[in-house]
Amino acid sequence: MVQSTLEAPRTRPEGVRSGRQRRWRRSAGRAATGWAFAGPGTLLVVGLSIFPAVWAFLISRTRWNGIAPARDLGWDNYRGMVEDPELWESVRHTLLLTALFVPSSIVLGLIVAIALSQPIALIRFYRTCIFVPFVASAAATGILAGYVFNPQFGSANELLRRLGLPAQQFLEDPKQVLIVICLIALWGQIGFVAVIYLAALQDIPKDLVEAATVDGASRWQVFWHVTVPALRPVTVFTGVWQTITVLQLFDLVFTTTRGGPLNASQTVVYYVYELAFHTQRYGYGSAVAYGLFAFTMLLTVAMILYSRRAKVEAF
Amino acid sequence: MATTTVAPTRRRRRLPFSPWHLLLMPLSLIFVLPLVQMVLTSFMTSADINRFPPRIIPTKLSLAGYEALFAESQILRWLLNTVVVATISIVGHLVLCSLAGYGFARLRFPGRTLGFFAMVATVMVPIQLLMIPTFLMFSRLGIANTLATAFVPWLASAFGIFLMRQFFLSLPRELEEAARLDGCNAFGAFRRIVLPLAKPALATLAVFTLLGSWNDLVWPLIAISDERWYTLQVGLTTFQGTRRTQFELLMAGNVVATMPLLIGFVLAQRWFVASMTFTGLNR
Repeated sequence: MVQSTLEAPRTRPEGVRSGRQRRWRRSAGRAATGWAFAGPGTLLVVGLSIFPAVWAFLISRTRWNGIAPARDLGWDNYRGMVEDPELWESVRHTLLLTALFVPSSIVLGLIVAIALSQPIALIRFYRTCIFVPFVASAAATGILAGYVFNPQFGSANELLRRLGLPAQQFLEDPKQVLIVICLIALWGQIGFVAVIYLAALQDIPKDLVEAATVDGASRWQVFWHVTVPALRPVTVFTGVWQTITVLQLFDLVFTTTRGGPLNASQTVVYYVYELAFHTQRYGYGSAVAYGLFAFTMLLTVAMILYSRRAKVEAF
Repeated sequence: MATTTVAPTRRRRRLPFSPWHLLLMPLSLIFVLPLVQMVLTSFMTSADINRFPPRIIPTKLSLAGYEALFAESQILRWLLNTVVVATISIVGHLVLCSLAGYGFARLRFPGRTLGFFAMVATVMVPIQLLMIPTFLMFSRLGIANTLATAFVPWLASAFGIFLMRQFFLSLPRELEEAARLDGCNAFGAFRRIVLPLAKPALATLAVFTLLGSWNDLVWPLIAISDERWYTLQVGLTTFQGTRRTQFELLMAGNVVATMPLLIGFVLAQRWFVASMTFTGLNR
């Protein structure tokens, strides 16, 4: 997603020819200046992720509860993952959540962005309203959702009652819980997707749309043949971003259901949390985390490669 | 619906009624009403909450939820902790990310490419992989169970460094070159010439760091078990166990935790969305 913007303008100021010693001194000085700028931030970021990631790999090859000495298991933890029904159950939940959340967040985000780009009255009010939930934390959102979707006191059931529909159990029903969590996640995320699309919509050249209109294209045709293709890079970016977000969704699960009822909303990340911090199975927990990492990477790379190929065909 | 009456009153803008209102008005309500209900419920009595059918508007204003909240939890302490964490995180981000971003954008030094790619690669490492070793690391360093565990991971980020680098790359070089010719060293040029131009990028960075560190749950949750050092977000989740149905207290806690950011957002809305758009464009 970031590669296209990585190349820096390289204008190497041609130095005056000088003795070896002076050149060495100058390059040492440059290194010192450069690292004085870039060093502290880079060291912190890299140190807090590469170092723990390597350590996690070492842990993942042991059986360890954090207190007793670790026992080396080789790849046993990774082999054990295959035969762990609870893991596969959480993989199924995670995939279902991804399949629900990613397409709907993109489609709804795009629709909302197009609606919010119309020059109509109250548009600023609408923008505020739709964006405001993004500011609320996952903890607050989860607690609020627990109230709104409460089967007894919640306003969701009250709304259904007024519409003459039967009351639901929502977060307490194993069959509905993932759908409700998806709705809650959408509530918080749509504004974010819409803002990204809003910016991209403003970048579509106006003459492109005008040319299509002059050629007799209907509004729908303009949307489908001009707007959507122009938005493709943003869509790929948002798709990858939302996929990574939902594969790692933890805090919303934690604050709404803690994986329940009957583990029906236990996602892979939540399973890692349970393994590590409730049952103190650090080794196996790290192995599962690595499994998810590998899967996320594969999926991300596949999506980027696919989009590249699709773009090559388009041009 | 309200839209049909509102649109014509804005006569001076001569906007005809648009069918988009039929989509946007209900949608806006879906997005805002839960938050309105949160505020209203925080002022209800428990009798009002337990009424059937459920009420949206309280019959009388009650501060019982807030009284219980302040009396039975350390919410003010948690608020203070959160403010401290967010402030240190923002300062750390502004200093470290702008320095590193400038280094990677403008200075040439050995190891630059390697350092930059190592930094960008960290984005792919998921947080669940880091939870266990980071927790262990903090324990060994003796800072587990202190506020430091909540702000150290927020002092700098790959996202922030990348954002600042992209911004500095977009600035014309001539300004700094002129300053350098006038005898400024790299840091002088950075501080006097570049930083004043970077205000929009720095503002964006501050907004994102504020949102991220204020709302962060994972780090303080795994590393802080002493109630005195909870942040608001962790504190809120502890209510869920023991006070699951004490909705007036839960919602009062929610109001305390979200209102500072919500009010800030509504007041500085245009600027806020501009920040979001800014990063959207930069990606």
